[in-house]
Amino acid sequence: MEPILKLFTELLPGLSPLLPYWLLATLSALIAALVLFGFIAVFALFAIWLERKISAHMQDRLGPMEVGGWHGWAQTIADTFKLLMKEDLIPEKADRFLFKLAPMIVFSVSIASFAVLPWSRDFIPTDLNVGLLYILSISSLAVIGILMGGWASNNKWSLYGAMRSVAQIVSYEIPISLSLITVILITGTLSMQGIVQSQQGNFLSWNIFHYFPFMFVAFVIYFIASLAEVNRTPFDLPEAESELVAGFHTEYSGMRFAFFFLAEYANMFIVSAIAATAFLGGWLPPFSFLDFIPGPFWFFGKSLFLVFVQMWLRWTLPRLRVDQLMYTSWKVLTPFSFVLILIVSFWQLLTL
Amino acid sequence: MREYFKNIYEAIVTILIGMGVTFRHLFVPSVTLQYPHEKLKLPERSRMKLFVNIDDCIGCRQCERACPVDCITIDTIKAGKDEDLGAASNGQKKRFHVTKFDIDMSLCCFCNLCTFPCPTECIYMTPEFDFATYDRNNLIFHFSNYTPEQVRELKEREAQQKAALANAKTGKKPEQK
Repeated sequence: MEPILKLFTELLPGLSPLLPYWLLATLSALIAALVLFGFIAVFALFAIWLERKISAHMQDRLGPMEVGGWHGWAQTIADTFKLLMKEDLIPEKADRFLFKLAPMIVFSVSIASFAVLPWSRDFIPTDLNVGLLYILSISSLAVIGILMGGWASNNKWSLYGAMRSVAQIVSYEIPISLSLITVILITGTLSMQGIVQSQQGNFLSWNIFHYFPFMFVAFVIYFIASLAEVNRTPFDLPEAESELVAGFHTEYSGMRFAFFFLAEYANMFIVSAIAATAFLGGWLPPFSFLDFIPGPFWFFGKSLFLVFVQMWLRWTLPRLRVDQLMYTSWKVLTPFSFVLILIVSFWQLLTL
Repeated sequence: MREYFKNIYEAIVTILIGMGVTFRHLFVPSVTLQYPHEKLKLPERSRMKLFVNIDDCIGCRQCERACPVDCITIDTIKAGKDEDLGAASNGQKKRFHVTKFDIDMSLCCFCNLCTFPCPTECIYMTPEFDFATYDRNNLIFHFSNYTPEQVRELKEREAQQKAALANAKTGKKPEQK
């Protein structure tokens, strides 16, 4: 909270003595939330357009080309308006309260994760000393929203999707946490800002090149598991179009569906941003002489690159079977990350 | 155990190969044709929209008879005795005013049967294929050059001639008997 407050008092110096502290804090939090929502919405619009373009070009197509002129840049804006105009349907036998609550939970969870993303040396919404732990715990809350939506829809496809999603996210949280533990072993801190600062130097001092190649493997494990965490192909079993219609959000339409969709793209950005922070040096430039370019550029660029890789994988790989999904998590990623923790700890002991 | 590591190795290698393929295709020029802006050129003799070169039509109505779905409707009025309508481009003399030559493309089955009997080869199929409209009536193409006034005039003249002929006949008959 403090950095935001500081930013606001710096931007509007005349305002801070006039207002009581509680009002100032509430106002600045509200404005920050609005800005964040704007960022998520714009990012989702851009990412959806990018995804459609990338998928199209990877299949030798063109993708949206008409709306807005240049390569259909306004296509997703038009789609959003269409989505907002749609009727808000709730199935007759749905659990109305849970049905309405589910998209709110999913979206607020993904918005809450933005609280600890370090954008630059000075700007981080909240520099919690347990930032990484906070993100890990808050991102597993999304499961509840998904299960809620699937259950409340009173539809077998939704329920199947939700159950798959829960099984998937719960099992993939383990390799995620374990691979991030290796990072914590190296940096010795859970604070996101501290993790970034411990990677000071040129790109060779980033965590991904630390103890080469072990941290690189940890990064790959984290990346694969994060794909499953955000339900993207090849781990998109919860919303497998060809099997489950649309999975847990089959019954959602209009605004509520838009919230699920926004949350999905926001989550893509969040897991990429965590990967960028933990492994790729966050807002640090790859070479120290590039310091004059502000941190948000590097942070956003690295995250966007990882988002691109996610899309790239999505349009390369087919969907896994459920047993293959469980095999990958429990028999490959988890043991490997345990071995990595052992290796990294021993290495640290030896070089102490 | 060996199998286990082999599987992991294979998975990683094949995924990388697949990613290589998709990355290469990211820069391959697309095969998409932006349809309304650019069109595929159809072969010269493809059977799409019918066209009638009405200047060459002699009004013989053979196409109308050949059509299996009756999508061609022709009205003709005989030319007067001293009237010269000229000739078609292959020398055939025109003896009829073609006052109506309508083709209903919504009925047409693109069988091309109408083009063969035409003695002057004035009806043929063109490669033009997008003539979709919002109104079904717009799919009826009118080829005749005659204005409604001209048609009315010609019809009146014909009726007069017929009446005159009939009068002459009825007038002559008792004399012959």
